[in-house]
Amino acid sequence: MKRRGRMIFFLLSAAAFAGVYLWGLRGLPAVGHYRGPYGDVLNRVATYERHVTDIVTAVNFDYRGFDTLGEEFILFMSVIGGSVLLRRQREEEKSEHRDDNLADESPERQAPEPSDATRVLTLALVGPLVVFGLYIVAHGQLTPGGGFQGGVILATAPLLVYLAGDLKKFKQITSHTLVEVGEAVGAGGYLAIGLAGLILGGSYLRNVAALGTTGTINSGGTIALISLATGLEVAAGFVLLLYAFLEQTLEIQLRGEK
Amino acid sequence: MSFFPYVVAAWLFVIGLYGMVTSRNFVHLVICLAVLQSSTYVLLLSIGYRVGGTAPIFAGVPVGTPAVDPVVQALMLTDIVVEATVVALLLALVLQLQKHADTLDPDKLKALEG
Repeated sequence: MKRRGRMIFFLLSAAAFAGVYLWGLRGLPAVGHYRGPYGDVLNRVATYERHVTDIVTAVNFDYRGFDTLGEEFILFMSVIGGSVLLRRQREEEKSEHRDDNLADESPERQAPEPSDATRVLTLALVGPLVVFGLYIVAHGQLTPGGGFQGGVILATAPLLVYLAGDLKKFKQITSHTLVEVGEAVGAGGYLAIGLAGLILGGSYLRNVAALGTTGTINSGGTIALISLATGLEVAAGFVLLLYAFLEQTLEIQLRGEK
Repeated sequence: MSFFPYVVAAWLFVIGLYGMVTSRNFVHLVICLAVLQSSTYVLLLSIGYRVGGTAPIFAGVPVGTPAVDPVVQALMLTDIVVEATVVALLLALVLQLQKHADTLDPDKLKALEG
């Protein structure tokens, strides 16, 4: 009965949604016939105004920089929330649920050892992946990329170490204090660059750094700097989450190795 | 054909919501929320799309070449990364729920206990 009532409520809501959605679509142009104006204006002026060639990054870290700051702090708070929630569980796990842990140690629940091919391939990829991630972070103002994309790529490097089965190294990397410091410096750096704009330029997040030559790596002024700060924060945030989620399994597996 | 992406967006939204409404497992519910949210990506990107437009990146392409809207793309790319961490937060909550209530079925949850 409860489920049926919910289903009826859903169907009514879906019908109402369909009505409002169709009504809203009437005012939209057909797909492929974008009318602007903001995207067109930015596509024309951003390269001259900010000396960047990737307009998306310019929008993210300059024209819409304040919004991105807010989104970045959603990310920041989610990472902190996730770590805190899982940390509490970890302590419980140690005291009360010892039996569950022992059950998890049974041989059939152990992950199989990675094959030599997996191990060699993943470890060989770590280096190139880190370089690629740094490249994406650093060239956001020129080509597709920037702090968000590059940060996620960087965070997959420790995951490769995990896939290779090198659990001790994975724990060393992901539980390092520097990861937490990086997360804080990345989030704080964005705020600080904004404040520099307020002090030197009169408004928050104004692009006050030298804009450089269009098409070179040190172009874009604060866009490049904010991209770096974001890259640091995203990478550190994802690594923190990786550790928070995998820590319990890690402890059990490491104990199994001994 | 020109309205097809809008239909896909609506479908993703409704199917995600349907999954959430009928869900019997909170992990499933969280993933349905992610599906629902991806409808906004399809919708906004199709609003900003232009037939024959290039990517809004003018490296090697002269400024003034018709390009798609960079604003919606910027919105999407931050949102995809943020969504991933929000999903992680929700899954951490689900883990806590399993610990405390010993169930992942929304229907089996009793009233909130202190």
